[in-house]
Amino acid sequence: MRPVYALTGGVSKFAKARPDKTFQAVIKEAYDYAIADIGLDFPTFTRLVDGSVASYFSDHFARQLMAGIMAQDYLGLCPKPGHRVEGGGATGGICFQEAWKSVASGHMDVCVAYGFETMSHVETWKGNEFIALASDVSFDYPVGGFYSGYYAMMVTRHMKEFGTTVEQLAHVSVKNYINAFHNPYAQKSQRITIQDVRNSPMVAWPLTRLDICVMSDGAAVAILASENGLKKLEAAGAKIPRPLVKVTGIGRGTDAMRMADRPHVDYDMFIEDYATEQEKSSDDTRKYYRNLWDHGTRYPGVHSFRAGRTAGNMAWKHAGIKDPLKELDFIELHDAYTSSEIQTYEDLGLCRYGEGGPFAESGKAFLPGIDYGLKLKDKPVCAVNPSGGLIACGHPVGATGLMQGVFAIWQLQGTIKKHFRDDKLQVKDAKRGAIHSHAGTGTYVTVTVLQND
Amino acid sequence: MAKLPSRRDETLGGYVVHGVPFPASTDPEGLEFLKKMTPIQIEQEYKITYLHSYGQDSPWFAGLANKKLLASQAAAGEYTYANPRGHDMYTGEETRWIDITNVPAKVHAFTVCYFGSEEFLPDTPFVLALIEFEDVNTLLLTRLMGVDPNAPGLDWIGMQVKPHFLRNSKLKPTDIYFAPGD
Repeated sequence: MRPVYALTGGVSKFAKARPDKTFQAVIKEAYDYAIADIGLDFPTFTRLVDGSVASYFSDHFARQLMAGIMAQDYLGLCPKPGHRVEGGGATGGICFQEAWKSVASGHMDVCVAYGFETMSHVETWKGNEFIALASDVSFDYPVGGFYSGYYAMMVTRHMKEFGTTVEQLAHVSVKNYINAFHNPYAQKSQRITIQDVRNSPMVAWPLTRLDICVMSDGAAVAILASENGLKKLEAAGAKIPRPLVKVTGIGRGTDAMRMADRPHVDYDMFIEDYATEQEKSSDDTRKYYRNLWDHGTRYPGVHSFRAGRTAGNMAWKHAGIKDPLKELDFIELHDAYTSSEIQTYEDLGLCRYGEGGPFAESGKAFLPGIDYGLKLKDKPVCAVNPSGGLIACGHPVGATGLMQGVFAIWQLQGTIKKHFRDDKLQVKDAKRGAIHSHAGTGTYVTVTVLQND
Repeated sequence: MAKLPSRRDETLGGYVVHGVPFPASTDPEGLEFLKKMTPIQIEQEYKITYLHSYGQDSPWFAGLANKKLLASQAAAGEYTYANPRGHDMYTGEETRWIDITNVPAKVHAFTVCYFGSEEFLPDTPFVLALIEFEDVNTLLLTRLMGVDPNAPGLDWIGMQVKPHFLRNSKLKPTDIYFAPGD
């Protein structure tokens, strides 16, 4: 595989509804921004880009099959190669990785990944129904298909088994909302408190409306290139910011569509197949896990995502990371729910399984220099969702994973101030970060590591 | 009495419009004005009836219609799925049906849905639960009845439950539901 550079990208302002433009034109906003960011004009970039990958989740939302080719045409990319990817909430993350594959394999020198979703074309509760069709329509959907309900069941199990509290969940919401307050691309711009989260309407016990991301219209675009592609673009006048950002780790995992079908493996199998390198090598951690299993924990059950753990372990190995908490400067992860951010802390090895709640309120995942209105025990170590994540930025599904990619590129270039017109969210001296995209009840998960050269 | 919500519910419906505003002349000034237009939004209805087959899982639904809860078991009996599954994921071999109607069951996880997808909004609040069965390796998603949706608590987890069946089967997984009971 060849080295792959993530050059830049663009993100449309995420909004509840964008009736002013069709999805193609919303994608073009992000596309034009990305091209302008590397200092090229439209015809020059069109001449140099080799192809594309399109990302959108639901044909139902657009009521349009093959929407990808309509975007390809609108962007002036026909007849160059392109294809659409779909993997639920992980669609954007998969798209980013497919663009990486296109370049890493030598098939393309310059590949553009674009994604969108237009979720405003139906009412919220119909939108929830469409999303719930991403659960087994013979068994899960008819029982009461509702993703917030599925996630809330994971929460009650996590609370029961590990003692996680609703206040710990709310810390995630407060962190992400207040981060997003400084992100002009975010759909939500409000400062909230733990009490606000708990006092907002109960959706699926114990998750309130502020524990849950919103539906959005939006698009995002990322441009990836090989060394040769980089040379071609720069020879044509492109100004690619230095340091360059390289993709250094790729991981993916999967799990059963029906959450009820997930296995409940024993301690030995967990340690053998799922424990991180760090967990395997720590006597204390193995003892901790033995104690959990002695008290009835099984893995992944419904409280954990083995797809996320598998993707993380794969990506960390690829990138040579042993301790992600200490070796990553930030992570943009898929926080469709405050609870799933906590579950993902554990999956990615930022803390041990069962310790996601205390980790959430510790302060380790917060940014320095921002007033969250909270008393945090620990200093920031690895910023999680410095952009505000899905909770506050919004979740136009096909665009979300790419949005994470774009924000990660800008973090590693040190160009957050340029793009956000505010440097509050710039992770100081960021060298390495990760993006994490997640589908369904944990069915497809991607983890991608990016670092600056 | 509870206060009225501060916002009224809205629907997509609106008036049928006769005569759409447009510049009187398509001179350059009129055409330039078109760039300032707000978008036209219309309703598009999409209705479809599928002929859905339960395929190899059909006996499970036939079981519910006859007040029996079936499960799928690997041929060697080492792994049992609470949901129907035609082939075992570990051996790749065809599974066999077993009857777990009277197997002891308890709540593994649950939630109360106060909102839901459009289809299920009329049911709210409803309780979703994942049920664990003795000597069965996976769980079953179901509705939990006989509990107070306004007083959920973690002590529901571990509660012994019993299956109940609709008298008139709808050939859906909701033909079975659970309620507290030893």
